[in-house]
Amino acid sequence: MNEETGTVDPKLLEMLVCPLTKGPLSYDAGAQELISKQAALAYPIRDGIPIMLIDEARPLDDAGGKGADEDTGQPPPPASEEADTP
Amino acid sequence: MADDRAPFDRKSVRAHRDRAAENIGDHDFLLGEVAARLSERLDDIKRDFARVLDLGCHGGVLGEMLAGRDGIETLVQCDLSPAMARQAAVNNRGTALSLAADEEFLPFADGSFDSVLSNLSLHWVNDLPGALIQIRKVLKPDGLFIGAMLGGETLNELRQALMEAELANEGGVSPRVSPFADVRDAGDLLLRAGFALPVADSDRITVTYPDALALMRELRAMGEANAVRSRRHGFSRSATLSQAAALYQAKHADRRGRIPATFDIVYLSAWAPDDSQPKALRPGSARRRLADALATEERPAGDKAKP
Repeated sequence: MNEETGTVDPKLLEMLVCPLTKGPLSYDAGAQELISKQAALAYPIRDGIPIMLIDEARPLDDAGGKGADEDTGQPPPPASEEADTP
Repeated sequence: MADDRAPFDRKSVRAHRDRAAENIGDHDFLLGEVAARLSERLDDIKRDFARVLDLGCHGGVLGEMLAGRDGIETLVQCDLSPAMARQAAVNNRGTALSLAADEEFLPFADGSFDSVLSNLSLHWVNDLPGALIQIRKVLKPDGLFIGAMLGGETLNELRQALMEAELANEGGVSPRVSPFADVRDAGDLLLRAGFALPVADSDRITVTYPDALALMRELRAMGEANAVRSRRHGFSRSATLSQAAALYQAKHADRRGRIPATFDIVYLSAWAPDDSQPKALRPGSARRRLADALATEERPAGDKAKP
């Protein structure tokens, strides 16, 4: 963790998983979020500190549509997956 | 998560710590004392632990003590309270990686740590068996867990004084001090969570305060205010609190008028299972007779020995 630059140490990133599903996370450096596709949640990183609390996570519902489809266990509709906006 | 049977209100636990975070350094006597004892326990084990997690780190006092320890390559510290995690990050800048995490929902991949230490945090967990299972999973095989939590007779004097005062003043009682785990349950909990070689023991730390109100202020400043779900919400009658303080004083004060407060620290210690660990042999696998070892006569089971 590095407070000056607000970035998270890669060593920490490599051991983190989603606290709800224990599934993998992807790091969105721009938004400073750790995204759990399985849980459809984005965990915020504040001043370089990952906040891995389910209460604090942002639900990924209609914000871009990606990820939210994946934990239904069903293939997403083929047309909508690639399209950003209609 | 909003389980009515859950004894603790985790949102309150977090809020108490969030509020306490900024000045925790002025009120971390007990945390520091127990951190030192945890660190000694780790020193007793002649082994290097490269990746260590401080689970429930408060302001980072344990991390400060571990910072110079040989063999630690990566120290991770987390707390349910983001404000505490930030405080710990500031205090252990450059020596520890910090994050906010819930003991009941650990965000670490299996086998991430060689050791998990926890300093006075697990007594606020609702699902202790579940938390222990998760701790075991984030340990590598043959990884070590040592957790210190408040238990036993902790704050017994305060509990009794508050109860008597409340009965007298308000005609009923409500839980005001957290219920605590007993050391006798602890070993069993560790086994059920799949740990090997569990040990549970406790020691008592007595701290003196000018009076009971000072003790209650200190508990709040440590982030240890009451978070029992069925507690009375809102403020207590000040008459009740001052009567409790008077009762406490009358019953326990020493010659100088200071009052003692008991903290029983329960230590849980166990290892993630590994083939290299000693195990009990299968029944019937003995190669020598017990009777020979005892130089006595062997009798078939069920027969009574003659007097």
